[in-house]
Amino acid sequence: MSDLVVVEGLGHRYGSRVALESVSFVVRAGEFFGLLGPNGGGKTTLFRILTTLLPSSAGKATICGHDALRYRDEVRRRIGVVFQSPSLDLYLSARENLRHAGRLYGLSGRTLETRLESLLDRFGLADRADDLVRALSGGMRRRVEIAKGMLHEPSLLILDEPSTGLDPSARRELWSVLEGLRDRTGVTILLTTHFLEEAEHCDRLAILDRGRLVACGSPAELKARVGGDCIRVDCERPDELARSVSSRLGIEATVVDGQLRVETRDGPALVGRLMSEFGGEVRAITLGKPTLEDVFIHETGHRFELADVVNAVGEKP
Amino acid sequence: MSGQTPPVDGGASRNPAPLPGIWLPCRTLWQREMVRFLRQRGRVIGALGTPVIFWLLMGSGLRDSLQVPDAAENVSYLEFSFPGAIAAILLFTAIFSTISLIDDRREGFLQGVMVAPVSRASIALGKILGATTLAVGQAIFFLVFIPAAGISTGVGSLLATLAAMILLAFGVTGLGFWLAWRSESTQAFHAVMNLVLFPMLVLSGAFFPTAGSAAWLQKIVACNPLTYGVALLRHTLYLDSASPSVSPGVSLPMALGVSLAFAMFTFVLSLLSVSRETTRVLQ
Repeated sequence: MSDLVVVEGLGHRYGSRVALESVSFVVRAGEFFGLLGPNGGGKTTLFRILTTLLPSSAGKATICGHDALRYRDEVRRRIGVVFQSPSLDLYLSARENLRHAGRLYGLSGRTLETRLESLLDRFGLADRADDLVRALSGGMRRRVEIAKGMLHEPSLLILDEPSTGLDPSARRELWSVLEGLRDRTGVTILLTTHFLEEAEHCDRLAILDRGRLVACGSPAELKARVGGDCIRVDCERPDELARSVSSRLGIEATVVDGQLRVETRDGPALVGRLMSEFGGEVRAITLGKPTLEDVFIHETGHRFELADVVNAVGEKP
Repeated sequence: MSGQTPPVDGGASRNPAPLPGIWLPCRTLWQREMVRFLRQRGRVIGALGTPVIFWLLMGSGLRDSLQVPDAAENVSYLEFSFPGAIAAILLFTAIFSTISLIDDRREGFLQGVMVAPVSRASIALGKILGATTLAVGQAIFFLVFIPAAGISTGVGSLLATLAAMILLAFGVTGLGFWLAWRSESTQAFHAVMNLVLFPMLVLSGAFFPTAGSAAWLQKIVACNPLTYGVALLRHTLYLDSASPSVSPGVSLPMALGVSLAFAMFTFVLSLLSVSRETTRVLQ
């Protein structure tokens, strides 16, 4: 069994609002897998279904070989879950929180204490283990959350927006913790994120937008689909320019967020041609290798950050 | 962690966590309730102080103005209302403890419990037993006022009263759990409390004798499960006395039977609400 998570035609509606529609992908064992999408894209719904908290209204999710809908306890004992919102008891210490969590997973006595101590140690929490959680910093709390998710040695660790609310240094620290975990224990990691930079670090990605899967693959594969280079032109009248570029040079140009955008195999050559033909209208021109943002635009036709707004508006019933 | 070298298959074949059964999660959730209670000092003081002050002030104030029918000449209001004060302590502390369920949902602790392979029965049971323990613990403290109330009790009577308190607390905690599980906020919960629980207490024969009141009122009193709880306490407190100074109004088997049925009913209600719902946890 090398596919740890198999999602087939998964769909969900809240009343009449479609939150997820025929989403299919696979997470392989040992992978660092990211679910990337703007807010409101369907990530949280998918997270709830995969963590057995929400029954899907269509399709099927199989986790570690068990149907997430029909064999919830079989799935629950094999996955560790780290929520976006805190799930720790603030009136308990880190050690007490872990101890209670361990017992909920059937651990007790010496086994529980040994695991607990080694996790506290490994996550750099040993000195603060007896302080109430409310006295710990955000980064430390997040580490306690992850330690809690790893206590029962799950095959799959699922994290919902783990870096939301963390400052850049705590975010980097979080990533080294996760990467260390994966390398040391072989646990498969599935996380949701709306940070493009973060998604770059994943082995493979599924990109969600408005409840649909728009692309799935490694960051390199996804970028390769866009083509060689991306050129953006900042100009006075982008729509007019797009038409003239299409008609005079015979290449497809789109307008995204007030900028002219062209995908091409040979960027430098095209920059030269654009400048010689339309130099007068260009305010600024940028040439770059495609980023995940370009992938998102390529697949959806709109920008990633703007998608937040679009989805938020679309969400209203 | 399972070993120094990562498994080749990415940990897919790793042993799953053992299924915890009913009692281990139940015990750990119970224990958490105790620790949380003790760490919130305000709760300890408030829980102990309020009913004592309430009973002493009401009892002293109403001493001369209230005639207790069906009772010996010399029965004081402090004595008459003593079982009712116990019921009030049980009701209010049990219900207030279940408010923590709303906090658990809001603070997020509950979502972590819901993704664990824990039977929903042990979630309800751990929480309800925790609140029951707190309520009974406080009521036990209150028993030191038995001499002040002028009731003479023996060991048998005390033990029977303890058992009755546990039964009553379990029943009202179940009710609190069910209400709290359905409440969106603590404010909503308070509103329901005032609307439902206060009349329940007042119309239970706890603070004034209902024998002489209007027929419609007596019907409500007869339908109120707490009436039988208060009656049960009246029976157990006077178990060792030859002639009880206050008539409980309901026979012992009836009082016990209804209290047991009420406890079972609210527990099943709580259990059903936990089992049915999975989605609202993540708000």
